[in-house]
Amino acid sequence: MRHILSLLMENEAGALSRVSGLFSARAFNIESLTVAPTEDPTISRMTLVTSGSDAIIEQITKQLNKLVDVVKVIDLNEYRHIERELMLIKLAAKKEDRDEIKLMVDIFRGRIIDVSENTYTIEMTGTGEKLDAFIATLDEDMILEVVRSGISGISRGNTAIQS
Amino acid sequence: MAKKRELLRGAEIFCRALKDEGVKHLFGYPGGAVLHIYDELYKQDAVEHILVRHEQGATHAADGYARATGKPGVVLVTSGPGATNAVTGIATAYMDSIPLVVFTGQVPTQVIGNDAFQEVDAIGITRPCVKHNFLVKNVKDLAITIKKAFYIATTGRPGPVVVDIPKDITADTCEYDYPDTITLRSYRPVAKGNLWQMKKAAQLILSAKKPMIYTGGGVILSAASGELTEFTRLLGYPITNTLMGLGAFPATDKQFIGMLGMHGTYEANMGMHYCDVLIAIGARFDDRVTGDLEKFCPYAKIVQIDVDPASIAKNVPVDIPIVGDVKNVLTDLIDLLKNSNDKPDAKALKAWWQQVHDWAALDCLQFDRSSQVIKPQYVIEKLWELTQGDAYVTSDVGQHQMWAAQFYKFDKPRRWINSGGLGTMGFGLPAAMGVKLAFPDETVVCITGEASLVMCIQELSTCLQYETPIKIISLNNRYMGMVRQWQEFFYSGRYSNSYMEALPDFVKMAESYGHVGLRIEETSAVEGALKEALALEERTVLVDFVTDQTENVYPMIAAGKGQHEMHLSTDRELA
Ligand SMILES: Cc1ncc(C[n+]2csc(CCOP(=O)(O)OP(=O)(O)O)c2C)c(N)n1
Repeated sequence: MRHILSLLMENEAGALSRVSGLFSARAFNIESLTVAPTEDPTISRMTLVTSGSDAIIEQITKQLNKLVDVVKVIDLNEYRHIERELMLIKLAAKKEDRDEIKLMVDIFRGRIIDVSENTYTIEMTGTGEKLDAFIATLDEDMILEVVRSGISGISRGNTAIQS
Repeated sequence: MAKKRELLRGAEIFCRALKDEGVKHLFGYPGGAVLHIYDELYKQDAVEHILVRHEQGATHAADGYARATGKPGVVLVTSGPGATNAVTGIATAYMDSIPLVVFTGQVPTQVIGNDAFQEVDAIGITRPCVKHNFLVKNVKDLAITIKKAFYIATTGRPGPVVVDIPKDITADTCEYDYPDTITLRSYRPVAKGNLWQMKKAAQLILSAKKPMIYTGGGVILSAASGELTEFTRLLGYPITNTLMGLGAFPATDKQFIGMLGMHGTYEANMGMHYCDVLIAIGARFDDRVTGDLEKFCPYAKIVQIDVDPASIAKNVPVDIPIVGDVKNVLTDLIDLLKNSNDKPDAKALKAWWQQVHDWAALDCLQFDRSSQVIKPQYVIEKLWELTQGDAYVTSDVGQHQMWAAQFYKFDKPRRWINSGGLGTMGFGLPAAMGVKLAFPDETVVCITGEASLVMCIQELSTCLQYETPIKIISLNNRYMGMVRQWQEFFYSGRYSNSYMEALPDFVKMAESYGHVGLRIEETSAVEGALKEALALEERTVLVDFVTDQTENVYPMIAAGKGQHEMHLSTDRELA
């Protein structure tokens, strides 16, 4: 099963490679990984999407907790949560296609953030699934470039994950 | 009251911090990146520097020192090749959870990343085989980083910590302040077990009809032998130890049924297979212990006690996990057992012991005692008798290691010192040296094979220089015996590259290093040679026992088999 793990860790130079090294050394799989400092500059927050049986997810969580730089590990699957991903996508936008593209971008609540003679660049956020769905509506030859941030997640309601 | 602050150079801070940490021995080898430190070491005498002859020897010696004393072993090596040579020893300590603090020199901060002379990414290379590592980027962080390193190495599940120190940091100055204690928000090992879990465990333990206590290196690391012995005697249950756990419970006690695993005793492995409650303490269900996981302990409910949550239920599902320091948990469990209205089921236990004794009656460790050709088992049995089971015994890796584990009966913890997890040939000799430095008045023996021995043979020089008179018992079968055994069993006797051709004259070798060498070829001379070696208290003695080349380690569970599927010997198969 797919799990979204949230990690709080020391904002140290080697911390990221400890996490990624752990995943490769123990043959765990990573679907996506994002990391940035939090409101406390000494702490970074990582969102990691992985998948595996319950036993594997348990091992992943324990092994992450064991890393000396990791302050806290939360499996967001155990909470009501929201996940979002940012996508920037550049499309070849011929005159005759432009209206159609604008319509689709509206439907998916994206924004066109850059326009050139032949292209549109679009910004869109949502769950990974929604972004996939948007891509599926496009003609393959239209897509010039796709940049996705990987998933960020947060719990709903009053629960707040703090160090 | 504010502490008095002095301005010191990084190299001085290094020496002062080791002194304040109570370090007595530092195993090391100099080089460009650490010369400032070596200069400071020269000027002080709180810490004795032991000059090894290869950095692998430094890490193994520090490791042996740590295993025997329970204190962290400390190592100093230079950058680049110094650091890479130390890696095998770091990985060896990591696999067996041994506390080491390894300082590696690094090129100056300004040139890191420029492929400078003798630069290697020590942090990157060691990351997968350390508990933690640090690169010191500012001299202000040096003292606190050293404090953190010792704290992390020695607490929770112990392990090696590497501190990489660029050369410029050792020249920079700052105020010296060494903290007495430290806390880290991201590192808080669990000490006490959960009471609720322990109550459940006590109940299950007392309900057992066919109980087994299975304990590993964690008991020794936690200094919990006393508690384990009390716990086991209180219950009257059979107990088996892993290779790493030998000595945690007295091997000559009637409740001890031998080591378990691939070359464990028949009774221990059968006991594991048929038990109904398994009490695993500080043991990690290694594949050399479990055999085929599908067939492992099919009838048992399992209690597992470990300080490392990640060790629990890693390989085998567990019914009652208890996270906590083994010593604390056993202390609490003993209380719970004593105060419980339930008692062990005496009748069921009697029947179970009868079964265990029936298995033991097969005498799975028998060997030919009348042989003219020296049987390796015989040498170890004699050594055990002559040292009254009280020596510190290190070993290398191979058949001799297994025979040492089977035939030297360890009654005390920290006496049996071997590389269990990584299986590092070359460990035995430097480890013995480290032990002897810690305990100059104790008998320290290295049981080795002629292939393992030469992997760190250069440390014979160190033994001479620092007067560490150890006894090297080499079981010389002119083969990489363990490899030969597997080739005999699984490769139709094609002995590919396992014959040790062009062996040196070990007697002359010992002599050339200034030690005593003996070569023994007949069984009748074994006892005399051992006595002679042990009597030469001031000398390092290498005894080259020319042993039976065809001897195999039995009993054996072949890889992929279950614990109940043992081979007893070539001519004794089980139905
Ligand atoms: C550094 C290293 N290289 C290779 C091995 C694989 N290996 C395991 S046992 C063994 C043979 C050891 O021979 P010896 O030291 O003579 O001991 P014996 O088995 O004959 O008692 C080898 C090569 C190892 N454990 N460590």
